[in-house]
Formats: sequence, structure tokens, C-alpha cells
Amino acid sequence: MRRALLAGFFGLFLLFLYGPTLTIMLLSFQGPEGGLTFPLRGTSLHWFGRLFQRQSVGDFGAALTRSLALGAMVMAATVAVSVSAGLAFRRHFRGAGALFQLTVASLIVPSILVSLGIGLLFSQAGLDATWWNAAFGAQLTWTLPFGLLIMFAVFNRFDRAWEEAARDLGASPWQGFRHVVLPIIAPSVVGVALFGFSLSYDEFARTLLTAGSANTLPLEIYGMTTNVTSPVLYALGTVTTGVSLVAIAVALGLMRWLRRRTG
Amino acid sequence: MTQTARSGGPVPAALPYLQALPLALILGALLLVPLGLLVVVSFFDYDSIRIIPDFVLTNYEEVLGSAVTWRTYANTLKYALMVWAITLLVGFPVAYFLAFHVRSTAMQTALFLACTVPFLTSNIIRMISWVPFLGREGLINSALLGAGVIDRPLDALLFSDFAVVLAFVHLYTLFMVVPVFNAMMRIDRRLIEAAVDAGAGPFAVVREVVVPLAKPGIAIGSIFVLTLVMGDFITVRLMGGGQRASVGLMISNQIALLQYPAACANAVVLLAVVLLLIGAVLRVVDIRKEL
Repeated sequence: MRRALLAGFFGLFLLFLYGPTLTIMLLSFQGPEGGLTFPLRGTSLHWFGRLFQRQSVGDFGAALTRSLALGAMVMAATVAVSVSAGLAFRRHFRGAGALFQLTVASLIVPSILVSLGIGLLFSQAGLDATWWNAAFGAQLTWTLPFGLLIMFAVFNRFDRAWEEAARDLGASPWQGFRHVVLPIIAPSVVGVALFGFSLSYDEFARTLLTAGSANTLPLEIYGMTTNVTSPVLYALGTVTTGVSLVAIAVALGLMRWLRRRTG
Repeated sequence: MTQTARSGGPVPAALPYLQALPLALILGALLLVPLGLLVVVSFFDYDSIRIIPDFVLTNYEEVLGSAVTWRTYANTLKYALMVWAITLLVGFPVAYFLAFHVRSTAMQTALFLACTVPFLTSNIIRMISWVPFLGREGLINSALLGAGVIDRPLDALLFSDFAVVLAFVHLYTLFMVVPVFNAMMRIDRRLIEAAVDAGAGPFAVVREVVVPLAKPGIAIGSIFVLTLVMGDFITVRLMGGGQRASVGLMISNQIALLQYPAACANAVVLLAVVLLLIGAVLRVVDIRKEL
């Protein structure tokens, strides 16, 4: 009985989480007469077509391309830096506590302060802030803490016996990492990559004051909310959520495959 | 946090420093330096077109001396506390169900994943997705009209405190669920069996065993939710329709007017308030065990 109540509550929570997004996905497939609210007026791909036409309100295609490129950059940097730092934290080194606190602080400092600070840093240094320099850096302050925390979770469960066995058999530290540690942590590294990409792809507040004049996709969407009142907005929501879901599906598939391979 | 290191072996002593260096450099250059710069610029002077290096306290006097600032901070704090209370009330049972009432591990993983997937999708889209429900011709208004509860559509559904808090809860409950769930998964099941054997009913088990042991998770979730709401401006702008105030919004308005030193002073005050809130949470709960 109590379990049924809790399960019901959990079900309602999932409905609350997913319901609205599914609703706008549904509404994005309306016919040309469709509006922002129910009832559904016909079904078509009209609003998706409108999305990919070059519009007066902005340039969706260019923003999407920029966001995908930036997401890939942030993903690569997040994986490299988080795995490396995760390895460092397995041993004692001076300043480990301070570096950990700094990483947690990076998660907690309000985004707008990071955005403002990095924007000012670039303008004071006489540099042009663009999506591939200032915004790239600003997003790392958001993705790296997640990456490091995931690596902590992995290495806390990591059995060092494997590594020691490799060393006893004469493996160099690099060989030990490449052939023993990496295959074991690979699924979690894919998780770090997913976080790096997704958090960058959807990041708004840290990008706002650091991306310069060329918009990333979330900035473009934000601009559209003020002047687009047609289901184009929902079509955009469907496409961008679709990209996120594909990224998640690819990552999960890859993680499964890697787990199976190592047994 | 980290395992004790093994000594010896062929690993050079400098290796951990080299491995940690990229993270330290990036966070130093992109977190510490910019925050330091915020503090410096908060003492600068400015006119309508540029900022003037100086050491003046006028920015802080204006921030702290204005009734608008105090009202805005009070309003933001109100949002933060409301959202915190709701995310805790919703997040705790969700985490509790996941941790203790899902029997198979595969199902537990799947449901946990279902809770975290929205975190990896666009916040702005998730806010926009409330329009079909809360808009003037949205589902809620039509339902209320149809049921005869109201005779004119409510304008106040979208662009209201209600919409702002709803969107916050929608976006941030995950930040409460995940740490609370993690803390609950670490609870030794034998403690619960012992409590049941000692005659504790289901509510007593939750109150006497689960809540005390999940406290570090609750504290981490609380810190997330409080700081995210305190620093937010996009949710308040979109869901409040420009009619609701928050500190983040006030800062972003000052930035739009190129009043950078004023924005910086405001940012420093916001950071201090956020740190005080975190300090308050940490005073109540010791989270060190959790990290």
C-alpha cells in the first residue's frame, strides 16, 4: 500500500518532468494554422521547414553548428582534464584539498558571476570574447566539476589489484594506464564526455556575456522567446531536445558496449 | 574522498602535480582571476560610456543604500526558500522510493536515469514547455473555464511568482533527488532491519534512521538548490515576464546598461549572501563524510 503510494508519487514526478516537453513536441507537428496552445490544428512538418529557412529573427543553422562545435570542444577538454585530475587525486599531493575546494566552488559560484568576470577579463585584456575562447573557458568552469566528481566516484570503487598485477608483470605506468586502467574506467569516461557535451550544448548563463556577437543555440533560442510566437519555437524545442536525447542514447549505447567488452 | 596513496613504485613523484596542473590552471585563470577582477572593478568608478579605474565605495553605497536592492534580495531569498522547501518535499519521497522500494537493480538504474535525463536537455526549452499549460489560452485556463470555476482566463498563470517557482521546481528538483538518493544508497540496510525488529513503524524508520543518515545528501541538495535559485536570472526573466525581480536579473540589467562597477559590487554582495547561506547549511549538517 505504502509502496503503491510512493510509486504513484514517483510516476507523477516523472509526468511532471517529461509532460511539458512532450507536449511542445506534440504541438510542434501541427499544421500551418497551429498556435502555441491546444487544440492541435492539423499535423505537418510545416514548422520544421520554417525553422530551417533563413529567418529574419536569427540564424538557426549557424547557431546549431556553433553549439555542436563548442560542445565537442568542451567535451574533449572536459574528458582530458577530468581524467588527468582524477588520476592525480588518487595519490597525495600538496594542495589537493585546496584544488578540490576550488573545483566545488566552481560548481557553486552563480553562473552570472563567472560570465560577468570572464567577460570583463577579456574586455580589460583588450581581447574579443567569442564562443570559441571566452565562452569555451566559461563553460569549462561548469563541466569540469561534474567531470571530476564522476572520476572520484569511479576511482573510489576502483580495485588497485589489477594495476599492481600489471606493474608486477613489468608494465610501465603508461602501459598500466593504457591497457589496464583505461579499459576499466572507459564507460565512466564516456559518462564524463556526455556531461561535457550536454552541459555545454545547453549552457546559457555562463555563455551570455562571453560569447560575443555570434550566438550559440541557447542564446538564439532565448532571443527567439521574445519575438517568436509561433510553433517554430516548439519545433526548435523538438530539434534541440532531439539532439540531447541522441547524445544520451549514443553515450549509453557506448557505455553498454564497453562494459560488455571488458566483461 | 581519495584513497590513501601507495608509496614507492616506478611512478615519479611529480606525476600527480602534472596530472592536476591543467585543472588548477583552468580554474585559476577562469574562476579565481575573474572573481578577483569582479572585486577590483567593484571599487572602480564609471560614467555612461566607460569604467574608470579608481578606488571608490560609491558602488557599494548605492547597492546597500537602495531600498530596491533590499527588496530584490528579499524577493530572491523568498524564491530560494520556497523552491528549497518544495524540492525537498518532492525530492525526498522520490529518492526514498528509488533507494528503498525498487527491487531490481536494473529497474533502479533505469528509473534513476529517467530522473537525470532532463538535466541533460535545454533548460530554456523546458521553461518554454510550460506555455501550453499556463498561457492565457492554455490547458489550465481552458480547464478552469470549462469547469465553471472562473469566467475569465487568468492572466496571472504565466508571468507570475507561481510560474517562476513552478519552473524552478521543474528544473532543480533533480539537484535534490540525486544527492539524497546517493546518501540513502549508503545506508546500511541492516540498520533498517534492526529498527523494524525493535518495533519501529514505517514512519519511525524514516524519521529515526533514514532522515538522520540522509542528512548530508539533503545538505548537498539544499546547497545546490539555494545557490542555483539565488544566482538565477533567466528563469525569473522568462517565467516572470519582466515583472518579477531577482538579484541575478538586477545584475544583468546593470550589465545591459554598461554599469559594470555597479554590477560587480552587486555580484560581490550576491556572492557573500550565497556563501552565508552555504555556511548556514553546513552549520546544521556536517557533509565532510559525504565527500
